[in-house]
Amino acid sequence: MSENATPEELGAYVDETAKRVGLPIAAEHRPGVIQFTAGLLAMAALVMEFPLSDDVEAGPVFRP
Amino acid sequence: MSRAEYIGSDGLGLAGAVRAGRVSARQVAEAALAQVAARGPAINALSTVLAEQARADADRVDATIAAGRDPGPLAGLPFAVKNLFDVAGITTLAGSRINRERPAARRDAAAVAALRRAGAVLVGTLGMDEYAYGFTGENSHYGPVRNPHDGARVSGGSSGGSGSAVGAGLVPLALGSDTNGSVRVPAALCGVFGLKPTYGRVSRAGCTLFAGSFDHVGALGRSVRDVTAAFDLMHGPDPEDPVCSTRPAEACLPVHGAGAEGLRIAVLDGYFARGGEREVFAAVEQVAAALGVTRRVAIPEAHRARAAAMVITASEGANLHLADLKRRPQDFDPFTRDRFLAGALVPAATYVQAQRFRTWYRSRVAELFRDVDVLLAPTTPCSAPRIGQERIVLDGVEVLTRAHLGVYTQPLSFIGLPVLSVPVVRPGALPLGVQLVGAPFREVNVLRLAAHLEDKGVVAAAVSA
Repeated sequence: MSENATPEELGAYVDETAKRVGLPIAAEHRPGVIQFTAGLLAMAALVMEFPLSDDVEAGPVFRP
Repeated sequence: MSRAEYIGSDGLGLAGAVRAGRVSARQVAEAALAQVAARGPAINALSTVLAEQARADADRVDATIAAGRDPGPLAGLPFAVKNLFDVAGITTLAGSRINRERPAARRDAAAVAALRRAGAVLVGTLGMDEYAYGFTGENSHYGPVRNPHDGARVSGGSSGGSGSAVGAGLVPLALGSDTNGSVRVPAALCGVFGLKPTYGRVSRAGCTLFAGSFDHVGALGRSVRDVTAAFDLMHGPDPEDPVCSTRPAEACLPVHGAGAEGLRIAVLDGYFARGGEREVFAAVEQVAAALGVTRRVAIPEAHRARAAAMVITASEGANLHLADLKRRPQDFDPFTRDRFLAGALVPAATYVQAQRFRTWYRSRVAELFRDVDVLLAPTTPCSAPRIGQERIVLDGVEVLTRAHLGVYTQPLSFIGLPVLSVPVVRPGALPLGVQLVGAPFREVNVLRLAAHLEDKGVVAAAVSA
């Protein structure tokens, strides 16, 4: 999903992704969800465009 | 004990008077409950008042003293906790309607237990944004927590009840939690001290999580020494919290009076010096000038750190509540619901990348701390907005209030740095906070610097009783 997605593209993304994760979204909640999804995808784009070398690992705390 | 005596003392002052026998713990508890009754309803800070339990706890403190035993360093000190901390015998709401259906907690959260063991008296639980997802303290289920300095304005959040209760003189000390700024923002807007320790330094056992990667337990108080004492009692290893550090506890109160001598201090420039109202930068300069600090440094990619924090928060928060989001979205607060739903739709690759970016960013900031001990930055981009104010204008740009109050706090909690928001003395103006930011596990530096600023009269809690 491009950060410059149109409202229609964002709506389609929300509908399709929600369907795939089994998350019903009521019609009255949909505009708000689209608005916040747009914001999150813009933030995600900022994260994804930043180059990270392969040795940069997340800091897990899982201890077996 | 008179109202003026109660409001006029910080928590350790009250505890000292109890320990010395100048006042009983019961008298202090009654003064706290009277202030809760007088001021509490107007600010809507409390969700549960534990009057009988408080009286019983206070009587136990008095009985301990009468028996010649040590009642603990916080003897009779009244405190309250955000309602996401477990308190034995009552249901932990976390600001939600959904959690009302859950059974009562069987025991106190670790942090609550630590303070009660030290003789502190729990007088109630405090309101918050639903599931901690907010910076304003507004809550559709229970009504907004109001700012003690102007009831038409927000308290800040998500630990809104904690900031408001301390700022209104209900209690000298309150516990809150901070994921992206939820201790520091209400502390700043309500004019009190707010400490977010290093990530993993204080156990979160018995707390309702929001986004586990960033969730911290913190304290809001009437004085630097109050939050320092709370920190000293709460921090240290706890196997019941999987992210709790195994590093041994190090008491900060004994070096509280060491002053600012030897501390290398700088003002954060770049990202932290733009995007806010002029008065917030003036507050930072006021603190810097009092310390004679002219050095300025910048953290690279702070805007991207905030973005990554938002991606991780939304993803983890949505995952935590996914079953309820699928089954009963109508029972969520409209202030949080659409954001939680959107968080469930974030691609996994972006979550993982945000976590990896966190490692990169931590390394860059660690380099900065090689030759600096404390950084100064604004806590919020503005003073308390009006309740219901959806948008604010910052630096000439109209932005969403709820998302932007944490613009300066998020890039710091993102990597778990210890931060104390200090209330800058601004007579006649709404409160503002300045963040004193330390290197990981160096709470002692920010606490002793804050004590120094408090001694100089540059920072002080503004209690509007």
